[in-house]
Amino acid sequence: MVKVETAILPGGVVSRPGSTTDYKTGTWRVKKPTVDLNKCTGCLICWIYCPEPAILKRHDGKIEFNYDYCKGCGICAEECPPKAISMVEE
Amino acid sequence: MLVGEVKSIKELYGLDLIAPGHRACAGCGALVAVRQILMASKKPLIVVNATSCLEVTSTPYPQTMWKVPWVHLLFENAATAASGIEAALKALSRKYGRQEHYIIAFGGDGGTFDIGIQALSGALERGHRFLYVCYDNEAYMNTGIQRSGATPLGAATTTSPVGSKIVGKVQNKKDLLEIVAAHRIPYAATASPSHWKDLTNKVRKAQSYDGPSFIHVIAPCNRGWYFDPSYTIKVARLAVETRYWPLYEVENGRYRITHSVPSPKPLEEFLKVQRRLSHMLLPENAEVLERLKAYVDERWERLQKLSACFT
Repeated sequence: MVKVETAILPGGVVSRPGSTTDYKTGTWRVKKPTVDLNKCTGCLICWIYCPEPAILKRHDGKIEFNYDYCKGCGICAEECPPKAISMVEE
Repeated sequence: MLVGEVKSIKELYGLDLIAPGHRACAGCGALVAVRQILMASKKPLIVVNATSCLEVTSTPYPQTMWKVPWVHLLFENAATAASGIEAALKALSRKYGRQEHYIIAFGGDGGTFDIGIQALSGALERGHRFLYVCYDNEAYMNTGIQRSGATPLGAATTTSPVGSKIVGKVQNKKDLLEIVAAHRIPYAATASPSHWKDLTNKVRKAQSYDGPSFIHVIAPCNRGWYFDPSYTIKVARLAVETRYWPLYEVENGRYRITHSVPSPKPLEEFLKVQRRLSHMLLPENAEVLERLKAYVDERWERLQKLSACFT
């Protein structure tokens, strides 16, 4: 079960910026993206088209996924120029 | 060349101003567009948001995805609130020295084309320095896909269903950018998240003006347009490549097509991937298809003539 902050401030003020990270949208996913690092060129095209963002750049410039938040829409796999990303069943 | 022009993706990495965990549907086109706009925007930034899908999904109270000051308003008055914030900052500048802020107002197509148009018109006329972004998913998606002024001819929505009497929406789409450009504001443009470089540079250009600016960005909605969530960017790109969504800008009254499409793909390619429009390919609906094609061609021809006037 996901714990959600319940403090209600007067005037509908939300005090913590970026607090939706409390809620893990990764549970919505049906298929998960996986990257073939041999093919990944680190162009970050997947990252610019990710609606979440749930794609991170690794130290070597290639990408990895943040499965806590990835909803599995598959835009990254569709748009990847070298076709390094594929969607697999969970 | 533009000052601070975006040349590569790498220089945008790390500039995200939204957090993951928001409740937008998987593959939401609006969130892709908003992310890119916020990354490109100058800082410090204040975001004003009319009631829309974006507002509902980005702020499931008491949480928020925004990492910038953000205010939510009624459906009709995003532009009004942005004017007020700009005027307040101006007053504070007079009192306490310069307050350098950039303001972006987000509205959906319902909140811009239909409900918020008089507030928008007023704010543009008064000349406040802010950027209004209309992310256009071509219907009231948030309340369950009702037709709006932005819905294209022939599109099936829950209030304009395809049946024996009508073939989707009966009217053509309202040309909002022309209405906005008629206010003679410094900068107005259309954009698409599929062409991210074009979009991010338009945001920077818009914010370089000391006056109102407007960006009309297409936001494919897989729930309302009925296509696979992974096709969001593909559909946005098809819209540009079939000339359905021309990318152009009106800078101080001068028209310029920013992404020319010399050999367009047939409009059918854009229609057939979406179930809201694919019925137009049936032989009995050929007349509606012809009307839509005529609308698209006429618009492109007009833009071409206008941009030729200014080069």
